[in-house]
Amino acid sequence: MSTVRYTRYELLRTFRDRRLFLFAFGFPVILYFVIALPNRHTRDYLSTGVSAPLYYMVSLSSFGTMMSMMSAGFRIAGERQVGWTRQLRITPLSVRSYMRAKVLTAYAMATVSLGLLYLCGLSLGVSLTGGRWLEMTLLIVIALMPFGALGVALGHVLTVDSVGPATGGIVSLLAVISGTWFPITHGFLHDIGQFVPSYWLVQAGRVGLNGHAWNGMAWAVIIGWTVVLVAVAAFAYRRDTGRL
Amino acid sequence: MRAVRGIDVTITQGETVALLGPNGAGKTTTIDMVLGLVRPDGGSASVLGHTPHEAVQLGLVGAMLQTGSLIRNLTVRELITMLTSLYPQPMPVERVIELAGLEAVANHRTQKLSGGETQRVRFAVALASDPQVLILDEPTVAMDVEARRVFWTSMRAFAATGRTVIFATHYLEEADANADRVVLMAQGEIVADGSTTEIKGRVTRRHIRATLPAVSTDDLLTIAGVNEVERHGDSVTLTCSDSDGALRELLTRYPAASDIEVTGARLEDAFMQLVAESEASA
Repeated sequence: MSTVRYTRYELLRTFRDRRLFLFAFGFPVILYFVIALPNRHTRDYLSTGVSAPLYYMVSLSSFGTMMSMMSAGFRIAGERQVGWTRQLRITPLSVRSYMRAKVLTAYAMATVSLGLLYLCGLSLGVSLTGGRWLEMTLLIVIALMPFGALGVALGHVLTVDSVGPATGGIVSLLAVISGTWFPITHGFLHDIGQFVPSYWLVQAGRVGLNGHAWNGMAWAVIIGWTVVLVAVAAFAYRRDTGRL
Repeated sequence: MRAVRGIDVTITQGETVALLGPNGAGKTTTIDMVLGLVRPDGGSASVLGHTPHEAVQLGLVGAMLQTGSLIRNLTVRELITMLTSLYPQPMPVERVIELAGLEAVANHRTQKLSGGETQRVRFAVALASDPQVLILDEPTVAMDVEARRVFWTSMRAFAATGRTVIFATHYLEEADANADRVVLMAQGEIVADGSTTEIKGRVTRRHIRATLPAVSTDDLLTIAGVNEVERHGDSVTLTCSDSDGALRELLTRYPAASDIEVTGARLEDAFMQLVAESEASA
């Protein structure tokens, strides 16, 4: 119960932050129109099998949604710095509830970011059946799990000054090997890209093809990283709260 | 390094206790152990018959930690409401606002508050659970004189409801004015524990102040019972182990001495003497 109550205020705080709207939500929308608008009539974009508006709708939403998930780290680092985490340790709010509130808030942000990109996609003629929209959304939600854990881990390891640049750097680097800017179908980037969860996040757009967007490799990568990063986050938390 | 060693204190419900000591005396570590933020290497802490963890879960204890600020983007009322919602039997939000004197800023965002207002909100955070035991770790550090006066008035209003208040401070006058009992710590140990009057009584020294020009401090030191002499302009202050004898001799030798005042030991004298004794024996 206390998770629900705490999350309510956490959401209130998050959505009052105007800078957030600009960077996490506005940035991918602007990029979408810059990149996808000139290619709006391409049915099979660079032999991916999906249209350019659909490809970029998913690939650029990965940018906003990854940022949203990892923003849990910004909040945790900030609250550690002002001693709020310590103050909460002398309330009945459990660590589990606190983490749940952070991850739920991150997912709420990601949902808004994704919804905005869906609207942009619709405006450029993206058309899928209801079942395909649902399938794609579920795959994206699943593919975001490791990023929530990564955000929590970074929030406990880094300071409030370093967590921003670190998150930005990680997301930018992942964007290149995951096909956010241009599709990657073969070669060196493809070989390493397959092993990062964000690659499969972008691949969720392949629901536009007949058949499944993800293969066994995709599930193994997503689940593997989630397990590893949740363990890292738990370790980072325990190490951090020795005295803090 | 051991911050605290072998301390044993029992605080009765309803007492207001000052934890006094120089920096590094172990005050904050002691408080952290009572709150369950630090686990003692040996021994245990208990709050109203519960472990510190249970006491926190039940909302029996509330604390204003030494360092810390507030989270942003909530109003004062929202922040307090959020915290009260975490407890089984919280203090009503409006009562918290009233006790902490936050009526005027209740609808302001937390990032727009002054330093003194922020400290009062932190006090309100400690009150949210309607705690039986309130712990304040150097609560007035960032406050100006007026903010301090208002703060202690709030604290006494809360203590008057029969609750236990424990506060750490290194301001002696705050301990003297607000506590029923003083626990004096130095180097991780308790060097004195009692009412402020008792502690002052452990120090036999008194002060004689007089206006007495043209007498050297060396001459004054020859008076029996005088330990120290300080001169500021025409005014001299004699610190005496036997103030009665010293005063008789002073008046006999120097009938011109005027404006004479005899004062008992200040808490500061007790503090200095007891801390010095503790350091000497360490």
